[in-house]
Amino acid sequence: MTAAVFDIDAPRDGLLRRVSDVLLARRGFYLLLLLLPPLLWLGVVYLGSLFALLAESLFSIDDFSGVIIRQPTLATFAQLLQPANFDVIVRTIAIATTVTILAVIVAFPIAYYAARYARGRMKAAFYLLVMMPLWSSYLVKIYAWKLLLAKEGAIGWTMNEAGAGSLLDAVLALPVIGGPSLSTSYIGMVLVFLYLWIPFMVLPVQAALERVPVSLIEASGDLGAAPGQTFRTVILPLALPGVVAGAIFTFSLTLGDYIVPEIVGPSSLILGQVVYIQQGTAGNIPLAAAFAVVPIVIMGFLLTVAKRIGAFDAL
Amino acid sequence: MATIPEAPVAVSFRGVERHYGQVHAVDGVDLDIAPGEFFAMLGPSGSGKTTCLRLIAGFEQPTAGRIRIFGEEVEGVPAYRRPVNTVFQDYALFPHMNVLDNVCYGLRIRGMARGEREKLGRDALGLVKLSRMEARKPGQLSGGQRQRVALARALVLRPKVLLLDEPLGALDLKLREEMQGELKSLHKTIGLTFVFVTHDQGEALSMADRVAVFNNGRIVQVGAPEDIYERPRVRFVADFVGGSNIVEPDLVRAWTGKAGVASLRPEKIAVVPNDAESRAGAIEVDGTVAQILYQGPVKRIELATAGSVLVAAIPATAGPPLSEGDRVRAVFAASALHIMEGQ
Repeated sequence: MTAAVFDIDAPRDGLLRRVSDVLLARRGFYLLLLLLPPLLWLGVVYLGSLFALLAESLFSIDDFSGVIIRQPTLATFAQLLQPANFDVIVRTIAIATTVTILAVIVAFPIAYYAARYARGRMKAAFYLLVMMPLWSSYLVKIYAWKLLLAKEGAIGWTMNEAGAGSLLDAVLALPVIGGPSLSTSYIGMVLVFLYLWIPFMVLPVQAALERVPVSLIEASGDLGAAPGQTFRTVILPLALPGVVAGAIFTFSLTLGDYIVPEIVGPSSLILGQVVYIQQGTAGNIPLAAAFAVVPIVIMGFLLTVAKRIGAFDAL
Repeated sequence: MATIPEAPVAVSFRGVERHYGQVHAVDGVDLDIAPGEFFAMLGPSGSGKTTCLRLIAGFEQPTAGRIRIFGEEVEGVPAYRRPVNTVFQDYALFPHMNVLDNVCYGLRIRGMARGEREKLGRDALGLVKLSRMEARKPGQLSGGQRQRVALARALVLRPKVLLLDEPLGALDLKLREEMQGELKSLHKTIGLTFVFVTHDQGEALSMADRVAVFNNGRIVQVGAPEDIYERPRVRFVADFVGGSNIVEPDLVRAWTGKAGVASLRPEKIAVVPNDAESRAGAIEVDGTVAQILYQGPVKRIELATAGSVLVAAIPATAGPPLSEGDRVRAVFAASALHIMEGQ
């Protein structure tokens, strides 16, 4: 018996193969090549402009001439503590917190269903339904909601027809969150935020839940935990990084938004609107910049707390 | 299998079936596991052994039939209410808890105070020789250590039956052999009923008091390891457990005058030169060496004979050196041929 002899040419040595040889031999150079474009983008365009903005917050404005005084001072930051400005910050944090908590409550069951039960077509339908709102214009969606929420809008009309008009009136009569109509109340504003940001909560939570192996849930049951106990002691802690990721999205997006409160909700300003007004009509760039620092500080604080309580332990 | 023992039975199956659509994963299983027994469910993948284990644990419900655990009907009883605990194949340790918290999890669920449960947890970790690891997270442990944690976590609850799903499957050979011995002695120390699932016949034979061999959702034979190995009931068992020469009926008749298919274990065949003197009472078959596989302690020799191919396993150091193409003679006692049921 003779061994078969194969006579197949080695692949031809083209330019790309030679480049590959060079890159493989020099790992550091290869990495540098990969990272250079994103580093330039992050370092110069992204972080550069952010720091330029933050630097502005250390300047102040001459009240009479409106000229920016380019001398480092904390005076502008001190202005944030004036009652009118501080109210804006507190109000914004309250709204963002409410939106985030509601988003967790609404998104978790959806994400849980998608991660644990949906298969094949149902899964595709899930992604489609969650992502679809992101396909249309943000402004169109807000105006659509304004129409739904208006005094004579679809929601009010349906509730009147269904005989629940008095319920709606009772809700609108609540202090602070109520108002003349849903579209001019905080309820309406929170609803619109909730609608806009829900995909940003559902997807990370779903991804986190998907990574929890079924065997862990079975093991918990095997060790005597009823489904509710399993949820509290195993599923929730393991999904927490996803919830925190989602909360970062919903919270920071709400902190920075200035269009929704412009169209829906009462006339009191929230943070994004103030930044918009200060840097635009008011021409007070230092104060606008100082306001812009607020969400960064809040997010930094929240992430530190989340890390402290072990939200990322399961990562 | 039809006889029902008088003594209390740890786990009993009567006509148990589990269907997934058209697939009958478990297809009519009757089974009695005695208290304190080390019971192995052995079979190839897809034979229904793991499903049977999951039926005992309560992760699956039978489509038909009855399961009793220490006399109690468990139909509809969820996993968290059953007096059994499982060591999972992937260990299923909670990644967000340290070793001690993992082991104490079941006690915590039962509402035991921290001090008390941690004492029991430490005892259990001592039992599996893992005392100094209690503060580590599962991610910082080796496969063998994780296995021990999973074992301690199940044992600390003093289950009536301990279920082990391919417990050693993910370990490397050396560790696997070590753990086999440890599991066996652990079983002896605590005297619990162990039910374990494996596809490794060596593992089943070396550890279990009794072995059930599964194929296509059914049990094809239950017995002590020696029974299973020495007296396989059907062709599948002879072939799956240990590997055997299956001797077809015409050859059996020619060699012994008996009817039926026979199993002939390779190690019962001696290989001698074909000019050696005949031995009284022995069956002798001439053949040619087709292949030699060196396996350390033994050599597997494939002999092409007139009627069939015979595989012999001989001590590696025994006899004159053989090479492929040699004319030799296979010699074995007539009693080495074990007649089986069916074809």
